[in-house]
Amino acid sequence: MTPLEVQVIAIEGEDGIVAARQHARDLARRLGFRLVDQCRVATAVSELARNVARYASRGQGEVSIRELRSADGRIGMEVVVHDDGPGIIDIDQAMQAGFTSGNGLGMGLSGAKRLVDEFAIDTEIGRGTTVTIRKWRR
Amino acid sequence: MARAVVICIDKILIATVQDDLFDRDALQLQEDLAVGLETSNAEGILIDLSSVQTVDSFLGRLLNDVATSARLMGAETVVVGIQPQVAITLVELGLELRGVLTALNTEKGFALLRERLNTLRRGGL
Repeated sequence: MTPLEVQVIAIEGEDGIVAARQHARDLARRLGFRLVDQCRVATAVSELARNVARYASRGQGEVSIRELRSADGRIGMEVVVHDDGPGIIDIDQAMQAGFTSGNGLGMGLSGAKRLVDEFAIDTEIGRGTTVTIRKWRR
Repeated sequence: MARAVVICIDKILIATVQDDLFDRDALQLQEDLAVGLETSNAEGILIDLSSVQTVDSFLGRLLNDVATSARLMGAETVVVGIQPQVAITLVELGLELRGVLTALNTEKGFALLRERLNTLRRGGL
C-alpha cells in the first residue's frame, strides 16, 4: 500500500469482521506499531466491524483504513467504520450500558474507545453511524 | 482446514485454536465442545489460544459461555497460551474471563485441571 492510500473493506455480515481486523493489523504491523498496539487496533476494529455486522441494515457497512502522517512527523493510522444502519439514539447511554452489561454494541464502542488514541462517533437516526478511530505509533 | 481442532486425551477435551476464527467457527467450536463432553464423558476442557492474535469481546464471551456450560455438565475449563498482548488488550477491553481457569501453557494447564478435578472430587470448592 502506497502511503496515504485508503483500503476499503466491505462488511456484509460476519465475514467482513475478520477481513477488517486482518487488514487493520496488517497496516499496523507494516507501520512498525508495537505488537500490543497491533493487537489493540485489530481488536478495536473487530469490535466496530461486529457492531456493523450485527446492527446495521443487512449487516452491511464498510471499513476504510489508511496511514496517517501528522504535521510533526508522527506516523499513525486511521480506521473509519461506516454503516447506513438505524443510527444510535443515545450514544452515551449505549456506551455505558454496553460496558455494564457486556453485551450489545455498547461494549464494542466503549471497548474500542479505550484501545485507541482518538475516537469519534457520528450518528444520525435512520441514516447511519460512522466511527473514526486513530492510533499513533509509539 | 479446520480452524479449531478438538481431540480427547485422558478424559480431557483439548481444543487448539488457529488464529482468526470467524464467528461461525467459534460457535461451532462451542457446540463441538459441549457435544464432545457428553460423548467422551470428559471431565475437563483445555483450550489452547497460543496461536490466537486477537481475542475480542465476542470470543471472550464465548470462552466464558463454554466454561459455564461445561460446569453445568460437570467439567472444568482451562484456557492456556493467551499471548501477552492479547492479555493486556483484554483487560483494557474490560472483558473478564469468569469461571475460566487460566494457565500459561498446556503443561501447566493440564496440571491445573487435574488439581482442580481432584479437589472437586474430594468435595472441596
